[in-house]
Amino acid sequence: MFRLRLRRWVQGGMVCLLMLVMLGADPEARFNKVGHEMICTCGCGQVLLECNHVGCPVSPVMIGELHAQIDGGGSNTSIFNWFAAKYGATVLAAPIRGGFDNVAWIAPMSVFFLATIGTGFLIRMWTLRSSQQSPMRASGGVGADELRERIRRETEY
Amino acid sequence: MQLHPMPEFGSFTLLLALALSVYTLVVGGIALWRSRGALAVNIDGGTGRLGETARRAGISSFVALSCAAFALVWASFTNDYSVSYILHHTNRDLNTAYKFSALWSGQEGSLLLWAWLLSAYGFVLRMRHKVDVRLSAFASVILAGIQVFFLLLLNFAAPPFAIQPGPVATDGFGLNPLLQYPEMVMHPPLLYLGYVGFSVPFAFALGALMMRYPGEKWIHITRRWTMVTWLFLTCGIFMGAHWAYSVLGWGGYWGWDPVENASLMPWLTGTAFLHSVMMQEKRGMMKSWNVWLIFSTFMLTILGTLLTRSGIVSSVHAFAQSAIGDWFYGFILIVFAVCLFTFFKQKDHLKSENKLESLVSRESSFLFNNLILLAACFTVLWGTLFPVLSEYVQGTKVTMGAPFYNRVNLPIGLFLLFLTGIGPLLAWRSTSLRSIRKNFVLPSIAMVVALAVLLAVGVRPWQAGDDWQATLFSLVTFTLAAGVITAIAAEFLRGASVVRTQTGKNLLSSTVLLMRRNTRRYGGYVVHFGIVVMFIGIAGGAFNQSREQEMGFGDTVTLGQYRLVCQSYTQDSNKNFDTEYALLDVFRGNKKITQLTPEKRFYIASQTSSTMVALHSTLASDLYVIYEGRNPDTDKPIIKVFLNPLMNWIWIGVGIVVFGTFLALVPNMTRTAARALAESQVVEAEVHHV
Repeated sequence: MFRLRLRRWVQGGMVCLLMLVMLGADPEARFNKVGHEMICTCGCGQVLLECNHVGCPVSPVMIGELHAQIDGGGSNTSIFNWFAAKYGATVLAAPIRGGFDNVAWIAPMSVFFLATIGTGFLIRMWTLRSSQQSPMRASGGVGADELRERIRRETEY
Repeated sequence: MQLHPMPEFGSFTLLLALALSVYTLVVGGIALWRSRGALAVNIDGGTGRLGETARRAGISSFVALSCAAFALVWASFTNDYSVSYILHHTNRDLNTAYKFSALWSGQEGSLLLWAWLLSAYGFVLRMRHKVDVRLSAFASVILAGIQVFFLLLLNFAAPPFAIQPGPVATDGFGLNPLLQYPEMVMHPPLLYLGYVGFSVPFAFALGALMMRYPGEKWIHITRRWTMVTWLFLTCGIFMGAHWAYSVLGWGGYWGWDPVENASLMPWLTGTAFLHSVMMQEKRGMMKSWNVWLIFSTFMLTILGTLLTRSGIVSSVHAFAQSAIGDWFYGFILIVFAVCLFTFFKQKDHLKSENKLESLVSRESSFLFNNLILLAACFTVLWGTLFPVLSEYVQGTKVTMGAPFYNRVNLPIGLFLLFLTGIGPLLAWRSTSLRSIRKNFVLPSIAMVVALAVLLAVGVRPWQAGDDWQATLFSLVTFTLAAGVITAIAAEFLRGASVVRTQTGKNLLSSTVLLMRRNTRRYGGYVVHFGIVVMFIGIAGGAFNQSREQEMGFGDTVTLGQYRLVCQSYTQDSNKNFDTEYALLDVFRGNKKITQLTPEKRFYIASQTSSTMVALHSTLASDLYVIYEGRNPDTDKPIIKVFLNPLMNWIWIGVGIVVFGTFLALVPNMTRTAARALAESQVVEAEVHHV
């Protein structure tokens, strides 16, 4: 019961957050955001809204098309699809068409996630192993100076 | 038949350098083979006379390559257009400094620079061979092997002294305008010093593994090499970023282009190596890992060159592309095979002496630091190669631009920032709960205060509309930065207080003495502080603003607190280029603060244009103005203005990193010397007091 109520609160919070985000969106900001997720296809390789050479035959046309698409009320995804269909997949500054494009996003995150888990597991394993070993003599007896020197060396920065 | 004495001399010295390097490789290798097992017997480390001749041949190869580099620079200064390379990369009216930088402006020249720097590093290594004769002999032979590869390229695949067929031209085609910028005289040599420098720790690591070098002395020997190399690479990367910011004219400094990525990858693995090698040095752990980190770093420097030179991936600013990719494929395969074979042959030599004792310890923080840096490196490599993979699988290429890298690398970067702060606070072996509480209270309070202040001044993601992600990341970065800076400051304060109690000096003198007593530790803290300052600068990018406007006489554009008024626009020309520029008065409120002159140049020899950005820089923000050209309909200039907050923090952060690295390179003042110095000063002070 408590879990169910907590889940409802979380869901409600998410909706409120989304509303706040969406309320803040204005057409100019959206134009700016979408325009920064596409590449000018003139060959300069620059982001569409950052293509800075005067006389570029492509970027003004593309910017005009972007304005028209945003004014037409399409979603960001439909705008990206429209541009990808017209200019090819390389117009998108990142692979976002689904299918194999998803691999681009999943692979680094998976590697990071698995490596974190693996490192944590490795540390845990080593820690358990070393705790099973008998502790070293702390002081006195033959080799105490060597031991102290070793500890000093190992614990210095 | 026409004679070309200087190019002929250059070609001859290249061939001579190749012969000398082959001699060092083969004869040095034979000397090591013949003397195997003689380590304990011979005082000189067992390489004998044959090994000595190989060492001297290696030294001579540096002289030969210096002559070749001199010959190319000479040809550039004397406008010798019979040399194809000089014809294609210089012209008569080119500024003297740029004539010198022509050495690395094209493929053949940059390969010559690479080989020359490698021979220079080799020269230093061979001159200092008495540090450890046998290990140096191994490293010398390995370096000679790398040098042979580059000299083969220079002699047969990309000769810099190739003669241009037909009559000699009266003028050259000029230097790429984007390269005609002061930083471009410094950026490539620094970057190459970094790339090439990693060959030395690589050679020592491989050599130490081949000879089953006892102990960790090879790490002590290579520590300074690695740090200096890392410093060069860091300076090279950020000088390149500053050049991109000042020249390319798009308002940013890092575009995640394959050429930029190629330099970042070895920097990331090199940074990981610098950290994890401490675990081997202090506790005899992670030996295999360290060996592979330095192997990977070296191979990534070669892979970066392969990616950008072979045309596998397209780059906006790959200034030198050709079909030498096959040579690099072959070389990487050979290097990888040698590394793999040596590793498996000597694997038992790399057993750890200790095991990790606690999850909350300096060792585990180093492990996670390595994980983060390698994850970032993998992401960059993945993003660089994914277009090729996509074309192979789907038949269509895709673009991997800034949106991909920013989204994937931002969380990784924040995790790294977090570790930068907490890592040095953890003790070796194990950290107690009491110590954690003691060390983390202040940073935690600083973070809470910073978060409250940031929210109060308006850094609120939920009000940032479509920019909410960038604002959120900035908020987290600023908050974490406050915690990390406090943690570093607290460490300094704690140490300085102890020194003050011991010596009776004031806090500032105590801090200086503290740093001199353990330069490595406190140099490291300074480097971390510099990294945090850079992160703050990068996070400022979330609040960038820009406006583009056509500006006639008296027209005004307002951005943030600045108002720009066009006073005039005109054009000019000199022998090298024609230029168009606008004179813009900049006001803050009603007070005129400066005049900016954004400019567009058209270089006559190369028939290409370039932007000269006008910049008004303060600690708070950069006013960045570009002259985009004239509207053909109205003949008025189009001006684009950017307001980039906290940009200077990035360059200041780099300066702090450089200072910290220098500090870490300085030998420690020994405790006895430090105590003697403190005591003498106390006595002196008492005498004065009396």
